[in-house]
Amino acid sequence: MNEILFKFAAPQRFYPLAGRMIPFFAVLAVLFGAAGLWLGLAVAPIDAQQGEGYRIIFVHVPAAWMSMFIYLVMAFWAGIGLAFNTRLSGMMTTALAPTGALFAFLSLWTGALWGKPMWGAWWVWDARLTSSLILLFLYIGFIALQAAIDDPRRADKAGAVLLLVGVINVPIIYFSVQWWNTLHQTGSVSLTKSPTMAAVMFWGMLLMALAFWMYSIAMALMRARCIMLERERHTEWVKNLLGTTPHATRG
Amino acid sequence: MLEVLNLECVRGERRLFAGLEFRMDSGEALHVQGRNGSGKTSLLRILCGLSTPAAGEVRWRGRHIARAPVEFRESLCYLGHKNAIKEELTPLENLLVSTRLAEEAMEGEGAQEALSALAAVGLSGYEDLPCKYLSQGQKRRVALARLVHERRALWVLDEPFVALDTAAVEWLSGLIGAHLGRGGLTVLTTHQEVRIPGAAMRALQLS
Amino acid sequence: MTGPVIGAVVSRDLKLAMRRRADIVSVLFFFIIVATLFPLGIGPEPEILRRLAPGVLWIGALLATILSLPRLFADDYQDGTLEQLALSPQPLALSVLGKVIAHWLVSGLPLALLTPLLGLQFDLDPEILGVLALSVLVGTPALSGVGAIGAALTLGVRGGGVLLSLLVLPLYIPVLIFGAGAVDAASSGLGTGVYFSILGALTLAGVFFAPWAAAAALRIALE
Repeated sequence: MNEILFKFAAPQRFYPLAGRMIPFFAVLAVLFGAAGLWLGLAVAPIDAQQGEGYRIIFVHVPAAWMSMFIYLVMAFWAGIGLAFNTRLSGMMTTALAPTGALFAFLSLWTGALWGKPMWGAWWVWDARLTSSLILLFLYIGFIALQAAIDDPRRADKAGAVLLLVGVINVPIIYFSVQWWNTLHQTGSVSLTKSPTMAAVMFWGMLLMALAFWMYSIAMALMRARCIMLERERHTEWVKNLLGTTPHATRG
Repeated sequence: MLEVLNLECVRGERRLFAGLEFRMDSGEALHVQGRNGSGKTSLLRILCGLSTPAAGEVRWRGRHIARAPVEFRESLCYLGHKNAIKEELTPLENLLVSTRLAEEAMEGEGAQEALSALAAVGLSGYEDLPCKYLSQGQKRRVALARLVHERRALWVLDEPFVALDTAAVEWLSGLIGAHLGRGGLTVLTTHQEVRIPGAAMRALQLS
Repeated sequence: MTGPVIGAVVSRDLKLAMRRRADIVSVLFFFIIVATLFPLGIGPEPEILRRLAPGVLWIGALLATILSLPRLFADDYQDGTLEQLALSPQPLALSVLGKVIAHWLVSGLPLALLTPLLGLQFDLDPEILGVLALSVLVGTPALSGVGAIGAALTLGVRGGGVLLSLLVLPLYIPVLIFGAGAVDAASSGLGTGVYFSILGALTLAGVFFAPWAAAAALRIALE
């Protein structure tokens, strides 16, 4: 197990492997996305109460799922990084963070777009929206911490500790927000509690979630490749790969 | 006692040293030499276990220092660039606090020993003056009093002679000599010409 | 064997704090000023102030705690004593626990003692004042504990103070919700038992787990 992990965790092995995988995931992202949007926008029936506006859930719900899931994946890489001291894990957490933040933002934005016609306000202190906002704060904190530390090794480790602390806290925060929300009932209609969840809606959301998955993997791999080249620009394999002097590898 | 195997240190993008190996036995001293920025302090911090090397390992009594940290730290006294003393506390308080943090509590007789350690570094009469009123050299002596007081086997000293006057330099050389005579080990860096009485110092050149 | 090192750190930090009393006092004054600004910004209607008091005073306490956190390890880092703590045969987490306790004694405890006084400005009833002070007393150790992680992560990092708030404030949300919630429940005549149990659980978790994470972060900062 360790041997396999370390074999592919070495950047010089991972770099070409990632390069071959990116097109595959990108194509899948487009296919799943097209199918999901077709189901969601064209096939799924109009909601009796919410009209056409509800169709935003085909973006909103998968985005909210992804934002939480990516945080878990980052925490997983952080744990691996601290336990085995692999270079790759820090690169992966750094590469995943912007995508996770993007999805957290997307779920907030689509939530607001949906809220305007439903609640008559762009923002309502709904438990889900509030939790998404806090998750976005956690992503921003992680990105800011990594940006503030110059030494990549220290940035990776400090980020990993923050992620592990964060991942323990996320359930506590979600629970508190839930508690707080039930106390101060705003009488909101929950996005996902549509009266009848038709099978076609479920499939639409699932396909969109898969599309976001594939997109996240492709983006994370692309970003990880850039980070690898930048961090390892003084090593032999990068120089051989690019066939240039180290100065040309910037950018 | 102290073994260094295939040690490599990378700072930022520079490799300071690689493939460094040596071993030291009881009663030996090592003088780490090299230009500014050649990695002397980095090496000392790796020896203490404060930094992790890019490759290689440090062993104390045959065991990797990261695997047996308590055993190693119980034998280590590290004196860095910074004196590790609190300006607001008096020399006596500083010494007592640092030993209490390092070992089991020893009230009562501890204070007596601490006073004699301070007397040994020439700070009699200054025990109860907050350290911010002391000169640089005197602050360095407060830090050095830990060596006398804690009686560890391995001394790792980063520029211990800085800010000391001639008499104090001689006194410290004597202290190190006596430590080696008792079977202790010393790793130090210094830019000064120093002779340790009664001991041969090996030199390690970092380029 | 664990007692002495914690006690040694606590007594050292308290001694240092007593010789630099100005630091403690300025944090407390910050809290007083923030609490005073709210009625000036909102208006003096007692009805509204009474409604806002728990949240306002709790947020004031959070901000005052945040303000005092950057110094938690910075001085020890600068003068080299942090290296010595890290090289002590005792677990670094225990030293951190000692520092957290000392931090609470000079920040959380005085804040808790001050809140009833500031609560008077917000026209709170005596029994509500008691609940408020108790909630701050029970909740602030968690703030010191979790804050220590943030302080350790941002040690020696540029823009450390602002970054620290960015990292730590989201993690303070549960304490804020249950702390202010306890006072809210008391003012609407509901039981506060659940709130105090959860607040106590958060504090226990914060004080006993956070030092290990903070110690790991300190070792990273010292590399």
